[in-house]
Amino acid sequence: MNTSIDFLGVSFPNPLVLCSGYLGVTASTWDNLAKRGAGGITTKSIWLNEHQGHPNPVILANEDFIINAVGVPDAGIKKAVEEFHEYLKRANGVPLIVNIIGGKKDDFVAIAEEINKLHPQLIEVNMSCPNVEDEHGKPFATSCPDAADLTRRIKAVTDIPITIKLSPNVENIQEIAKAVVEAGADGITAINTYGPGMVIDIDSAQPILANKFGGVSGPGIKPLAIKKVFDIASAVDVPIIGMGGIKTGRDCIEMMMAGATLVGVGSALYYRGDDAFKILLDEMVEWCSANGVKRFDEIVGRTHKVLKDL
Amino acid sequence: MRDDIPKMHRLKRVVEENSITKTFVFDCDFQVQPGQFINIWLPRIDEKPMSVAFADGKELSLSIANVGSFSAAVHQLKEGDQAGLRGPYGQPFRWEAKQKIAMVGGGFGTAPLYFTAFHAIQDGCEVDLIVGARRKDLLMYEDRISKLKHTSLHLATDDGSAGHNGYNVQVLQQLIEGGKKFDMIMTCGPEVMMAAVAKLAEKYKIPAQISLERYMKCGFGLCGNCVVDPTGDTTCTKGPVVPLEYVQQVAEFGKYHRDSMGKKKEW
Repeated sequence: MNTSIDFLGVSFPNPLVLCSGYLGVTASTWDNLAKRGAGGITTKSIWLNEHQGHPNPVILANEDFIINAVGVPDAGIKKAVEEFHEYLKRANGVPLIVNIIGGKKDDFVAIAEEINKLHPQLIEVNMSCPNVEDEHGKPFATSCPDAADLTRRIKAVTDIPITIKLSPNVENIQEIAKAVVEAGADGITAINTYGPGMVIDIDSAQPILANKFGGVSGPGIKPLAIKKVFDIASAVDVPIIGMGGIKTGRDCIEMMMAGATLVGVGSALYYRGDDAFKILLDEMVEWCSANGVKRFDEIVGRTHKVLKDL
Repeated sequence: MRDDIPKMHRLKRVVEENSITKTFVFDCDFQVQPGQFINIWLPRIDEKPMSVAFADGKELSLSIANVGSFSAAVHQLKEGDQAGLRGPYGQPFRWEAKQKIAMVGGGFGTAPLYFTAFHAIQDGCEVDLIVGARRKDLLMYEDRISKLKHTSLHLATDDGSAGHNGYNVQVLQQLIEGGKKFDMIMTCGPEVMMAAVAKLAEKYKIPAQISLERYMKCGFGLCGNCVVDPTGDTTCTKGPVVPLEYVQQVAEFGKYHRDSMGKKKEW
């Protein structure tokens, strides 16, 4: 089966991309994951300047969920440029999606401008991190006017496609999706983590995460993520990178049927191990060949078509 | 069932090892192989990975030097206090029955080697354990190691206040050049010291295992902070104990590591 798929004019060898936040600190990590079957790599969120993360503990996990408050540590644009050059010059055919973040809107615009010069295949704008407060104390992706304004300003300084990463912690994700698409977003990435959530150690009565609260991911959020992606795909006509609790090849196909063209893989690295990309892709291919699917793009948004035909 | 959330464990006793190091013995049933690590959490202070000094399925020991703000907080713990533990994580030291093993420990890197020797001699191995420190009062575990059967203890101090006047690596070289045959070298300690051990192992074509240390956060391969160049592997899952052939691929070994933001730092 030809597993490649087109996303905003970029050819991905397969639809499975590393979610931002997992691994992804160095160019050598991206090479490693590309060798292990990743179809695309999303970097950790890049700041303009050095940004300290939260103290430990930053990630807790068990069979049911993953919760994190890593706090988006990053060494800033100088280190990022070094790492990107290393990765991009090797041109291994696995596209690089550079995830960017800022505190104020001006910071977002400045980092977008810098990253654009490097010409990665895509830029993903993280305006939905629940662990980092922006100037209003909540992510820009929770407000239509803020999300639209920021999208417009980033589009003005970039000439490569951008996706906006949306927060699930809103009641109007369709309106926010419409607002950023009208403002020029080329695609949507959804969803960021749920919450924030909290884990308390009952023997000490203390919250365990140093930040006390963190974003929740893992298998339990998958049906919630599927619904958000389904809603976004109903509201806008741009391609989507869908993610949230993906653990199996069947989950990936489900996410694509909800409307995603690419599927973000994060939790699966915990639940299925280092070779999650290969394992999930094999499971997808197996399902496709058993069901007469020749190309992955045949299943993108299939549930929307099924419902329309009713 | 995987569970990577710290649980409180009671501190049973505290043993003074040397002028800066104490061993903390917890009530803990973790099944640990020598060379693996756990994460220890003190609420509202920090959580750190620590190599396990000893564990038998009932108790788990950590030998911790008072060298920073977190270890200073651990040193305040008294019998009956609690600390959060999770793990064990990572790859252990491995040996085969009846091997002749040289172990080179620098400072508190000696603790996991003692744990390893304790088990290896039960498989008929013979051990030469070379403990190095800057001064006599920073050596540790001499008594414990002396009590192990089929184990020879060698000491080295930078200032000559005990044992060989110089580095533990020089003692290893003397043993090899003196005609001693080793099937395996194991080392744990400062990276510059381990890099010297690795060079000797290469020179004399002796298989070796090295316990790598990198800035770890999650401990289970997700956060990506402890990756090494150019393999891109996370040290917490690929290591901490890796074979010599692996270290030969790690271009940064003995040269640099990364801080909590992923920035390169020279050793």
